[in-house]
Amino acid sequence: MTKDRSSGDPSGIDRSRRHVLKAATAIAAVTLAPGWQLIAAAEAKAPGEPVTDKNRWGILVDTTKMDKATCDVAVDACNSEHGLTKSGHPGQDPQWIRRLDIRDPQTGAAHSLPMMCQHCQYPPCADVCPTGASFRRIDGIVLVDKHICIGCRYCMLACPYKARSFAYRDIEDPKPHSPRGRGTVQSCTMCVHRVDVGGIPACVEACNDVAPGSMIFGDLKDPESEIAKRVSEVVVKRVRADLGTDPGVLYLGV
Amino acid sequence: MNRVVFREVEGRSGSYYALLGGIAVVLLAGLGAAFYIELHGQYVTGMSNQVPWGIPHVFAIFLIVAASGALNVASVGSVFGRIIYKPMARLSGLLAFALMAGGLAILVLDLGRPDRLIVAMTHYNFKSVFVWNINFYMVFFAVIAAYLWAMMDWRLDRYAKPIGFFAFVWRLALTTCTGWVFGLIVARQAWDAAVMAPMFIIMSFAYGTAFFILVLLAAYGWTGRPLGDAVVRRLKNLLAIFVCAALYFTAVQHLTNAYATEHHGVTRFILFEGGVYTAVFWLGQVLLGAVFPLFLLWYPAMAGSRQAIGFACLFVLLGGLSQMYVTIVGGLAYPLILFPGMEVSSSFLDGQVASYVPSLAEILLGIGGIAIAMFMVALVVKFLRVLPLSLADEVADPHHRNPAAKSEEGAEDVAQTPQAA
Repeated sequence: MTKDRSSGDPSGIDRSRRHVLKAATAIAAVTLAPGWQLIAAAEAKAPGEPVTDKNRWGILVDTTKMDKATCDVAVDACNSEHGLTKSGHPGQDPQWIRRLDIRDPQTGAAHSLPMMCQHCQYPPCADVCPTGASFRRIDGIVLVDKHICIGCRYCMLACPYKARSFAYRDIEDPKPHSPRGRGTVQSCTMCVHRVDVGGIPACVEACNDVAPGSMIFGDLKDPESEIAKRVSEVVVKRVRADLGTDPGVLYLGV
Repeated sequence: MNRVVFREVEGRSGSYYALLGGIAVVLLAGLGAAFYIELHGQYVTGMSNQVPWGIPHVFAIFLIVAASGALNVASVGSVFGRIIYKPMARLSGLLAFALMAGGLAILVLDLGRPDRLIVAMTHYNFKSVFVWNINFYMVFFAVIAAYLWAMMDWRLDRYAKPIGFFAFVWRLALTTCTGWVFGLIVARQAWDAAVMAPMFIIMSFAYGTAFFILVLLAAYGWTGRPLGDAVVRRLKNLLAIFVCAALYFTAVQHLTNAYATEHHGVTRFILFEGGVYTAVFWLGQVLLGAVFPLFLLWYPAMAGSRQAIGFACLFVLLGGLSQMYVTIVGGLAYPLILFPGMEVSSSFLDGQVASYVPSLAEILLGIGGIAIAMFMVALVVKFLRVLPLSLADEVADPHHRNPAAKSEEGAEDVAQTPQAA
């Protein structure tokens, strides 16, 4: 090998390689540039562009602006967005988001709030997942990789928020943007398919239509974002803060 | 003490084949149940999003814990140098191997996607206590296999002790991890406790020893090989100590929770208000699973009765299944505390005790795991020299003195060991 290399004309080979690389770079630049510009204009992430830890996506739920009906709007929007249907067996049906009615037994004060995956900074579900199927994206969204989920359901035991469901049945009418499969675990994706193209989660969108300001979605790390400004003004509640999971879903008024 | 001779069981009799056939039927029923669940989807089980682990996990984890404990007899022989246990070390190792295989088979067949076993073997999240367990199980198989080999091949005899020592440490670590499967789950009121790991270890001693005695009594009873009282008496006493220790740990667990106001809810649930779980705890785990076996083992009128010991073992195993049921299903049925001090309700059954009614398929799958273990043992003793030809006192007991010598020493010694005459 060494002999062959030294006996050839290395300078000639290098030059031709350089030409090829230059040409390839030029073609790539010409082809990709308009696409990048378009995406930048839409303020969204390009397909294939990795997420970064410059963002931490979160949701602030203002329960003072929410009633049972508003919560139900959020639940319906989620079910419709992700094609979650009922089978007649409530215990086995998936619920990515649910209306939680809470009441203080000492004072009688009551609230309703939407409860879903809290997209923890330190998610117990991802800690215990044997294959790494449950994982936290670097921008804070906790997901299940349906391709490597073996359906052991250990994450469901570990989640302090009861946020996960198991697909007990075949999925009827699956949505392409919301991959699910029988025998695997599923939960709120914070509508990652929307977020990655600059949108907001379906529940937030639906709630704000009926009760503006009841759910605020945004980047907790962007000081100029509405959510970051709001959480810097008011004391928010993190559900089971004692567990130190540091949820990305925050509550106001409970 | 005479030389211990190991010999395969003949295994040509009709009753041997009937035994194998009977076990095979249960085994196939278990596999059929797993196939049925896989074919239709897990909705045919009694499990739900509230109780995602049910009867199959109860059996699986019970067998895995028992597997670790079944190695006791070998450990006491190899590690602690008790000569009387050494002839039984091979059976102890084989049973540990088989119980582990049975437990893991259930665990795999109960996966939502058992076809993705290869994924579980190639994608590891090393922060997962489940992965720690998987690795402990795999090495456990290898260590037990090496241990058995070293014990059976005289050329490797000198390695038996160090391997036995390693196996002893390894299975303590293994059962610590199995206890951590629950002990590390901070979300669950019933589980989040350091005591889970040592409690699982002590329970493994009890369940494993009970399994071992049962298999030993069956094997020697059915083959007609002599089994002396010295061996049985020691195992019986060992079992009684382990059952007491398991009871102690259970008491410590609940008394600790009963002290802290935060845990009053779950303690009241398990001990008083949990319906089926309370019943299974007091009746299954405590009364039938511990107190009654202790009575059978210790009541003077029955002391030494093989039948009483056999029944005691069966009840200890029943207690083990009860304990796993209360721990796993009871722990899941008790609602998560999302807002401490508040009443919560939802369409997802928040704030409610979840109901779980196991399906027949789940029960068959669980029992099928035991059948896998028993089938392995029954088959292997026919092909490998696992069982000594005799475990009579004069063979097994290093302190045995022949009756003639005893009668020379005086009538008192003979009276103390009338069975030796």
